[in-house]
Amino acid sequence: MTDAKTIDWAALRKDFPILDQQVHGKPLIYFDNAATSQKPRAVIEALEHYYERDNANVHRGIHELSNRATSAYEAARARAAKFIHARSAEEIVFTRGTTEGINLVASSWGAKNLRSGDVILLTEMEHHSNLVPWQLLAQRTGAKITYVPVTGDEGILDLSKLDSLLTKQVKIFSMVHISNSLGTVNPVADLCARARKLGIATLVDGAQSAGHMPVDVQAIGCDFFVFSGHKICGPTGIGVLWGRQELLDAMPPYQGGGEMILSVEYQKTEFKKAPHRFEAGTPDISGPIGLHAAMDYLDNLGRENIWKHDQELAHYAYEKLAAIKDIRLFGPKQNRGGLVSFLLKDVHAHDVVTLADQAGVALRGGHHCTQPLMHKLGVESTARASFYFYNTKAEVDRFVEVVKEIRKFFGQ
Amino acid sequence: MFDELNDLYQQVILDHCKQPRNFHEMPAATRFAQGHNPLCGDQLKLFLALDGDRITDISFVGSGCCISKASASLLTEFARGKTKADVETMFERVHEMVTTGNVQGDVGKLAVFAGVHKFPARVKCAILAWHAAMAALKGDAQPVTTENEQT
Repeated sequence: MTDAKTIDWAALRKDFPILDQQVHGKPLIYFDNAATSQKPRAVIEALEHYYERDNANVHRGIHELSNRATSAYEAARARAAKFIHARSAEEIVFTRGTTEGINLVASSWGAKNLRSGDVILLTEMEHHSNLVPWQLLAQRTGAKITYVPVTGDEGILDLSKLDSLLTKQVKIFSMVHISNSLGTVNPVADLCARARKLGIATLVDGAQSAGHMPVDVQAIGCDFFVFSGHKICGPTGIGVLWGRQELLDAMPPYQGGGEMILSVEYQKTEFKKAPHRFEAGTPDISGPIGLHAAMDYLDNLGRENIWKHDQELAHYAYEKLAAIKDIRLFGPKQNRGGLVSFLLKDVHAHDVVTLADQAGVALRGGHHCTQPLMHKLGVESTARASFYFYNTKAEVDRFVEVVKEIRKFFGQ
Repeated sequence: MFDELNDLYQQVILDHCKQPRNFHEMPAATRFAQGHNPLCGDQLKLFLALDGDRITDISFVGSGCCISKASASLLTEFARGKTKADVETMFERVHEMVTTGNVQGDVGKLAVFAGVHKFPARVKCAILAWHAAMAALKGDAQPVTTENEQT
């Protein structure tokens, strides 16, 4: 890992070919990293190398290319285990992304362990991906969903209610690590410890945390942890589900097909153990290979350094935006992840984003897949700037100037 | 800084967005329609009073972006006193204009929306009120959406 003091963050931009371009005649400022991150050349080259030299199907082949593809695929699994401090590679299931990881747990673990009258505990700040799969499960099983409340615009969890919410009926507590619409960093280790004492399983949605801060699933003490490759400099279409071995081994298959079986007869099938039990069909092979390169890239920089840089940008942007007249800021003032969500009085978020785009600044406007949270806050949408390590303070300065100009454009 | 945007946010649009006309409910309405774009959160209620085929009064309420509000406001100005057929013809012209930029026939003040076609993501904002008007004229009770509008 690199020493933080020696990192020239602006120079890292050279590793990301896409950042060097103009949009509408202005230098691109990419502040939509919470939606997806850009990819360094190392990742693009890993994909190219795979398709130019090693492409073959995995696991079943005897020939040289298949051996290479299989060992690269399995090496990525081991790398992912190391990335989040899993006990072994067998605890890593490749998925299409965070959403599929949660759906897998809800379908497989949920169907086996939930009965009518049981309770699924979530928080009010969950992304639709950590909400809808549980609603589907609740409909199938007759379980109920309860929520840890969020405190207004400041957007932190009201933990004074937690003890009364952690009832005997609760079977799983699924929570977001960093909120994608508020920037809130939840105390997941504490929450998981409190659930664990009561025998409640826990899932942590790491979509916004895995590539931004050091993650140790054993220190967090959760049972499942999920994240997406594309938000951490990897390709789209690949994600990771980590689960404790004993839980994964006891779970029924999610999908059936090739790759996940030991033997098949016309009337019955024996399944492989985890993680292969959960990877039916020819998997995304280039995805894990690209993700492997992304994880190497991030850990070479050091995720504690990335986290420090992200937080610095977010706090800097928050302070500067707060000085603008009639702005409403969402999420905590202190200890926020690398994003800022805001609204200008009487200006719709989509108008803000359209104007910012003309100035070369890529923002996101909308409900950020957290509609219930938006309704709770009494808004339809917010504008969001989300940062990564290749963003700079100079870009934040320019962005704040653009927001001021937008304020002027629509009048005071 | 936003010179390019004059195509989209023309002065007339900004004016109607800040001070929408006919922006109120209408208890005496004979027709009513709702427009909703779940992805944007845009909500619109359109009220019509019809005398035979002629629109004698029209108003709207709702929340949305500048383009959707101004579009609804200008639609109400256009439609008052017009017949069902007039509105249908204009719907076709506005739809063509905001999706392709081609202006066919006289669209009057509505020409300010010609620039929308350069901003594909915003076409659905400009057309929502028009879909609601068509639904109201047909007597459709179901809320309309332009979420699937192809551009």
